[in-house]
Amino acid sequence: MTVAEARPDAVVVATRAGRATVALLLVLATAAQARDAALGRNLAATCSNCHGTNGHARGDLIKPLAGMPADKIVAAFNDFRSGALPATIMQQIARGFSDDQVRAIAAYFATQPASP
Amino acid sequence: MSSRAALSRRRLLAGLAAGGALPWLGGCATPSGGPSIGRVVVVGGGWGGATAARYLRLWGGNVDVTLVERAPSFVSCPMSNLVLSGQRQIADVTLPYAGLEAVGVRRIQAEAVAVDAAAREVRLADGRRLPFDRAVVSPGVDFTPGEVAGLETAAAQERIPHAWKAGPQTVLLRRQLEAMRDGGVFVLTIPTVPYRCPPGPYERACLVASYFKQAKPRSKVVVFDANPEIQSKKVLFERAFAEHYKGLIDYRPNAELKEVDAATLRATFDFDDIRADVLNAVPPQRAADIARSAGLVNVNNRWVGVHWLTMESTAVPGIHVLGDATLAAPLMPKSGHLANQHAKVAAAAIIQLLRGESVNPAPVVANTCYSFVTPDEAMHVTSVHQYHADEKTFKVAPGGGLSTAASALEARYAQSWAQNVWADMLAT
Repeated sequence: MTVAEARPDAVVVATRAGRATVALLLVLATAAQARDAALGRNLAATCSNCHGTNGHARGDLIKPLAGMPADKIVAAFNDFRSGALPATIMQQIARGFSDDQVRAIAAYFATQPASP
Repeated sequence: MSSRAALSRRRLLAGLAAGGALPWLGGCATPSGGPSIGRVVVVGGGWGGATAARYLRLWGGNVDVTLVERAPSFVSCPMSNLVLSGQRQIADVTLPYAGLEAVGVRRIQAEAVAVDAAAREVRLADGRRLPFDRAVVSPGVDFTPGEVAGLETAAAQERIPHAWKAGPQTVLLRRQLEAMRDGGVFVLTIPTVPYRCPPGPYERACLVASYFKQAKPRSKVVVFDANPEIQSKKVLFERAFAEHYKGLIDYRPNAELKEVDAATLRATFDFDDIRADVLNAVPPQRAADIARSAGLVNVNNRWVGVHWLTMESTAVPGIHVLGDATLAAPLMPKSGHLANQHAKVAAAAIIQLLRGESVNPAPVVANTCYSFVTPDEAMHVTSVHQYHADEKTFKVAPGGGLSTAASALEARYAQSWAQNVWADMLAT
């Protein structure tokens, strides 16, 4: 795929050098996105022992996280921490992750299809 | 690291160009397209090894993964105390490896006898050689029964089961409990820490006592603990002993097993001795034999030191070690749950190393252990462990903790946990 195919609106300004720069920036951005996605993926894998691989839970007791909107997951973490959402275990686990980590976990599960 | 990845890619491309000296590659290489980025051999199909095989395929796509495991199927230690008390059969905690094969793991049921980092190959008892770019060794523990006089022989360990690896030993101990007379004495001995599954022995005491209460009410459970106190969920187990099993469980700390007599089932401690009707001696533990022969055991002559960022051995580069065999990071118990989490750190790192990329600098792992105090009530301990780059280890994060009380709800969560984590590791 060329840069022009990827970003038609960029073509008008694309001199030879400019095109190379845009291509480089796209490569860097893609690499950074892949890294962030892998971080979210790795963090979310700490949840899968109870919540199922990629958030696809088995049984009817555990909330499946796959496909849940990210803001709902973040809000649930906050409510577990404050005690607004009573739990047996999540009130303890939720305090072990930073806010950035919770956002990365939420973003990952939000992009998973609801069924595997 | 990146040169190794480049080398493996070159070797692979050369192999393909030469007309394919890689006969089994075709079956596993292509779900995500492109040529294989490397060969990983996983030794041991327990909590760590099975999870590593599954996640190398899930996250790596085009990694060639071979899993070597001597058993035909997986048997879970967690939940196996419920087999001793009769709520579950051994078949209920036995699961197939077919799911891993369906996601492209090449499974070989065989005994691995050597992991040769210099030759980069795993050797099997039948003489086969499995080449690798990186290896995962998740061997679990072996026992040091030689530290207990009288427990050295296989015959003695049949008469005095450990049942600390789930499978035939679990069934054997259940049969002994069933055959025991009402009014008999069940003796459980606990080795000094570290041992596999810190709350496991206390859960076992509770569940065997619950079986006695219902089936053999004049019987007793006597627990001899080499440690000075209960090693996990102490307050909650003390409450369970007092509330459910008063006069039934006799807990004796600071009692290290010195000698057993397999003929009479007499057990001798420093300042105590007892004759049992059923004697369940959990022997002292260390990293399993294959870790020792591979040169991986480098701490206290028992455990494997690892770089926590990658789970790579501190003794042998290119070999990643998981689970109970490792020298634990501070306050990190030897649990199946954590072996699963170790495996995910290793899988992510191995894929990045094979690709010549830098590894995740801030991994996180978490632990959750449920224990049953009666067949219908369970409780948990949980912790989150964040990597600290300055100290190069995992440390316990804020939060975590214990149940306020054992409950029927948490017993349901424990069953749900088992269902989900088994599926996570075995791709069922």
